Amino acid sequence: MAEAAASEPVFRVRGLTKSYGAKRVLDGLDFDVFPGECLVILGRSGTGKSVTLRQLNGLERPDAGSVVFGGADLCTLSERDLFPLRKRIGMLFQSGALFDSMNVADNVAFPLRAHTKLGRDEVAAKVHEVLEVVELPGIEDKMPAALSGGMRKRVALARSLVLQPEVLLFDEPTTGLDPMTADSIAHTIATARDRAHTTTVVVTHDLHLAQTVASRLAFLEEGRFRFVGTWQEAQASDDVLLGHFLAGRREDA
Amino acid sequence: MSAESLAERSERTLAQPVIVAGDLAFLTGRTVAALARAPWEWRAWIEQMEHVGYRSLGVTYVTTLFTGMVLALQTAYSLPQIGVKYYIGTVVGKSLVRELGPVLVALVVGGRIGAGMTAELGTMKVSEQIDALRSLAVDPVRRLVLPRVLATMLMLPMLTLLGDAVGIIGGLFIGITVLDLPAGFYMNDVLTSLTLEDVWSSLGKAFVFGYFLAIVACRNGLRVTGGADGVGRATTVTVVTGAMFVLVSDFFLTQLFHLIF
Repeated sequence: MAEAAASEPVFRVRGLTKSYGAKRVLDGLDFDVFPGECLVILGRSGTGKSVTLRQLNGLERPDAGSVVFGGADLCTLSERDLFPLRKRIGMLFQSGALFDSMNVADNVAFPLRAHTKLGRDEVAAKVHEVLEVVELPGIEDKMPAALSGGMRKRVALARSLVLQPEVLLFDEPTTGLDPMTADSIAHTIATARDRAHTTTVVVTHDLHLAQTVASRLAFLEEGRFRFVGTWQEAQASDDVLLGHFLAGRREDA
Repeated sequence: MSAESLAERSERTLAQPVIVAGDLAFLTGRTVAALARAPWEWRAWIEQMEHVGYRSLGVTYVTTLFTGMVLALQTAYSLPQIGVKYYIGTVVGKSLVRELGPVLVALVVGGRIGAGMTAELGTMKVSEQIDALRSLAVDPVRRLVLPRVLATMLMLPMLTLLGDAVGIIGGLFIGITVLDLPAGFYMNDVLTSLTLEDVWSSLGKAFVFGYFLAIVACRNGLRVTGGADGVGRATTVTVVTGAMFVLVSDFFLTQLFHLIF
């Protein structure tokens, strides 16, 4: 992406290192995320993809390294100073993480009520609008427990879209969903990216999703990116492990 | 067991109370900071007050009513020869208001609300809802901890006051039905023996118990790891720790209030 590379990155990540006990999960990870692109982080389970994503809005802190966003190094900010930056970054959690004490409308309206001064009718209109974007109109009164896994994830997606953030982070958005629901999520992500020119970072091991939404792929292995490039470049890469991953084969096959 | 693992184990055992105390102090600091700065989550405050206060009325009444009745009976039966039954108003009133009211209400209500708070916050923790709040730029301490701590600190004294009154009525009931005391005699005895200081002591204890119960419950909830199993363990720990905090701090508060009042 020549045009993107020329502009200032949204995230500039340098030397990210994180260990859990004796296990070093991230080992000096460097990467940039450019405006309007969709970076898909691929990797096997347990390689630290989600950990990487959670550094990008400061939910977790690295042992060493820096994550520069909006002119500030997130790793040095206090929790309170992170809040203004987090308003600009939406996140979809692996489990959806809907507030189960609230119905769908209150869940989706939650960021609006917390951070905007919109009136009751405007909030309701926004909620209705964003639920249509995720193809779930009219379920405002349902409780999260009454929804299927796929619906819950789409409501969570609506909640992360409602403030129209500059950046969206997706943690395994299609894991555990049937192929059709997964495809509809992939298309919602692609639409959000194209329509609002939102910068997105997706963590997944779903290759169909990666192919649908990715501007660039990054393959995480042993705490570093073993490969960064487009889908076509990944296909053409002579990296054996990446080849195995993309073909869905065991390492020794 | 090797010497090294024994050393490690004792280090962990010794360090644990310090870690917990540090956690509680840190969480208290953040709660006070959230209280000091707008915006305040009024709706969550009122919700929690209803939850902690109104919905605990039943258990409070049953606990103190029967305690008042038992106090009256035991006192009258323990020393019948010296006519102690004529003093049951004093005994029931003083022991309930100064001691048994705040402690028993804190133990019973604390078990109820403490377990609930830890289970709720713990479930939110393991299902990423706490992280979701943080990612939506909402402070979980402001949104979840502050309303619970405030509600418990305000509602527990109210419950204790009502409980004290119900317990005294329990004593009255036994006085009239079993001990053949005139109602006026008993009530007069209660009212002349009770001082305003006794009531302040009752409220003060409940206020401090409320703080300990809520902050311990919230801390344990927010620290849960490891799914449903973790939530269960944390809830048990909350009930036991909360009760210990109440009983131990009661000893010191009793000394303190006898000094000031």
